[in-house]
Amino acid sequence: MAISLKLNGKTHAVDADPGTPLLWVIRDELKMTGTKFGCGVASCGACTVHLDGAPVRSCQTYIEDVEGAEVTTIEAMAEDRIGAAVQQAWVELDVVQCGYCQSGQIMSAVGLLSENPKPSAQEIDDYMWGNACRCATYQRIRAGIQRAADILEA
Amino acid sequence: MTLNATRRGFLQGAAAAGAILLVGVRPDGAIAASGDAQMMNPFVKIGADGSVTAIVKHFEKGQGPATGLTTLIAEEMGLRMDQIGYEFAPSDATLYNNTLFGPFQGTGGSTAMANSYLQYRTAGAAAREMLIAAAAQDWGVEASALTLAEGMITGAGKSAPLGDFVATAASLDAPAEPKLKDVSELRLIGNPDVRRVDSAIKGNGTAMFAMDVNLPNQMVAMIARPEQQRATVAGFDDSGARGIKGFIRAATLPNNAGVVVYAEHTWAAMQARDALVVDWDTSAAETRSSDEIEAEIRAALEAEPTYNVNKADTAATHDAIDGAAQVVENTFYFPLLAHAPMEPLNCTIEQTDDGGILLHDGCQFPTGPHMALAEIFGLPMDKVQINTMLAGGSFGRRATPTADYQVEAALAFVLTDRTRPVHLVWSREDDLRSGYYRPAFGHKVRVGLDTQGRIVGWDHRIAGQSIMKGTAFEAFSVQDGVDHSSVEGTYDSPYRIPGAAFGLTDTEKATSTLWWRAVGHTHTAYVMEVMMDMAARAAGLDPVDFRLTYLAGDGADQQRKAGVLRMAAEKAGWGNAPAGHSQGIAVHKSFGSYVAEVVEISGNATDGVRIEKVTCAVDCGVAVNPDVIKAQMEGGIGYGIGHNMRDRITLTGGVVDQFNFPDYEPLRISDIAAIDVHIVNSAEAPTGVGEPGTPPAAPALANAIAAASDLHVASLPMADNGVSFV
Repeated sequence: MAISLKLNGKTHAVDADPGTPLLWVIRDELKMTGTKFGCGVASCGACTVHLDGAPVRSCQTYIEDVEGAEVTTIEAMAEDRIGAAVQQAWVELDVVQCGYCQSGQIMSAVGLLSENPKPSAQEIDDYMWGNACRCATYQRIRAGIQRAADILEA
Repeated sequence: MTLNATRRGFLQGAAAAGAILLVGVRPDGAIAASGDAQMMNPFVKIGADGSVTAIVKHFEKGQGPATGLTTLIAEEMGLRMDQIGYEFAPSDATLYNNTLFGPFQGTGGSTAMANSYLQYRTAGAAAREMLIAAAAQDWGVEASALTLAEGMITGAGKSAPLGDFVATAASLDAPAEPKLKDVSELRLIGNPDVRRVDSAIKGNGTAMFAMDVNLPNQMVAMIARPEQQRATVAGFDDSGARGIKGFIRAATLPNNAGVVVYAEHTWAAMQARDALVVDWDTSAAETRSSDEIEAEIRAALEAEPTYNVNKADTAATHDAIDGAAQVVENTFYFPLLAHAPMEPLNCTIEQTDDGGILLHDGCQFPTGPHMALAEIFGLPMDKVQINTMLAGGSFGRRATPTADYQVEAALAFVLTDRTRPVHLVWSREDDLRSGYYRPAFGHKVRVGLDTQGRIVGWDHRIAGQSIMKGTAFEAFSVQDGVDHSSVEGTYDSPYRIPGAAFGLTDTEKATSTLWWRAVGHTHTAYVMEVMMDMAARAAGLDPVDFRLTYLAGDGADQQRKAGVLRMAAEKAGWGNAPAGHSQGIAVHKSFGSYVAEVVEISGNATDGVRIEKVTCAVDCGVAVNPDVIKAQMEGGIGYGIGHNMRDRITLTGGVVDQFNFPDYEPLRISDIAAIDVHIVNSAEAPTGVGEPGTPPAAPALANAIAAASDLHVASLPMADNGVSFV
């Protein structure tokens, strides 16, 4: 049964079981690999995408529940005002190490900055808690979000 | 991981590799990747269009060799960083071996820069000299009149892009001894403004990890593995999987180690594997529990050690301690730990048109899987190729003596008709539950102090599961029965400790063990530095001053260790913590680098500890990419602190108790409020940075907790042993 999926502004007819996690539709059906598989149980955040503008864990979001919603992935962030600022800050500060979690980190960071344009360190820690980085780039993630806030304010 | 115990073997390997470098400078383009590109030597490829590509022989798991080795070529060729690209080397140990490993291509032991520094600078310098010589020949001028800068060869009133001279340069002999740039001429090496070469692709989703391989018509394979190691497949029922959309089939691996499920995509493979019912033969399976492992290790610490590691006069040490004014002692226990790299293990195998095999992998030790695959498929080495891709972390896990996951993928591929590529994928549960852990270790230490608070004896017993014994790496690491990786950081510490006796007893392996970021130093640094702290407190002396007593003299090893200790103390404001804050310090040498860290906490063990700041000083010789070094210290600190705060792998009846991140909780962003890294200015040869930041972090935290709570945590993780964190 085909399900209609709106992703990064385009509508796709997806042939998948209704209970398929959005993550695997994005990665294996649509071959968009920027969104990552890390744990499968919504406890690392590597698979974070936006659903109608808000971050969700795509490994625990089922395709049947997103029909009609706007799904946005890391591949669309360069076109997003906040996303572009976060990406710029990430490059300026060389936030990444292995980089595998960083799509999810950036998707969450964009979610935070769209709710709170000037987050404190404590607010960043509270919001970003669920995005794990095994390389422990956290210090630069925190600085990167604050730098992106400055870019957006300028 | 470390392999430096086999110094003699490696020196021979290093000498041979030097010869390889020189003979390997091949201007004829014979090994060029494409017809229009010229290979100046194995390490740099220059196209007639002027494009320059560094061939990076070390895999990139975030630790920075793609940036580092590219920087070295760019430096010697006078390029800007935006004028050079990079690609990962093919698997070919005759050209790309790690000179510190011998005839073996691989990344580990924090050796990437240490073994590449002169190779890549020499390669870049050779390319520069050949291009200039070519221009001199084409223009009929003296080479000494020409310079190469920012891609242009200039002099004698002329100027042209370097690409114009590639064809001529390719016909010249390589210089025997290219001249490296003088330290005064360096623009990129040591420049903190040089940025990573892989930041942009890792921030926009285009970076390609092995997990992202999507070959036409590929299948996804997942393996049902036994819960107890060494159990084997007796049979299976896949009737529950047959109705799952995308399921193809299931089959027992040729070695009976598991049942492989083939599917059209990952989700189908996961569901089908869950639906499989496997009958396991557990007659030879592991049944031990971690409590038994711990009991065996603790018992071993009470007996005379098997090996006298430093050939000490142990009777004299015991006498000195027995006659001491006071004795400080503690018994430590370190649990099994998983690496848990962010990208679960995976790789893809396909058959090439000529009947060869191509492996796509975030490959840490190419030579190992290369040999294993050649054997499995019955192919000569040159028919097996490895496409090394970005790796989403490793911390040691992607390098095993058995090439474990690459062999699994090969066995899964063997069972097919080879018309469809097979992408083997591990889940997080596979990763945490299927072995290859930092081994469990115990230490028991007694330190005798005289009436002045000076050490008169240090009796140090170590017991645990050897990593190297029984593996292909045994000959590299084991001497006189002692696995160097079990004791590194103790007997070979720069500390000059009077009456020191180090003993080792091996205990039985109850699961597979593996090097884990900083290997033996992960436990030895903790013990050495917590004992130093306990002894200093017992002596009523400042922990920094106390350590400096044992780093006195003019030995370079002692001076460099003392140097980072002083620097970290000064930068942290040692002794001047704000009210309510407590500090702890630790210093350790590993992989040739010296690192000191001060952890400042608020709160205490009972009410809750918060890590307010970590101040780090590192001496790694020439700091090639200072910002990468800082990042590695930041990450190494987080890795050391996070696991020792709250992580452990435990076994019940041979079965791992942990499943996924909720019960193997990663360090989170809120765990460390700030990290401040300082680099010692040094002209010494560059040494490693991937691992050395990790060892001092946990003992510095332990010592800070002791300063606040009078409790030196000796069994880990801390959260299970009397420390709460907020």
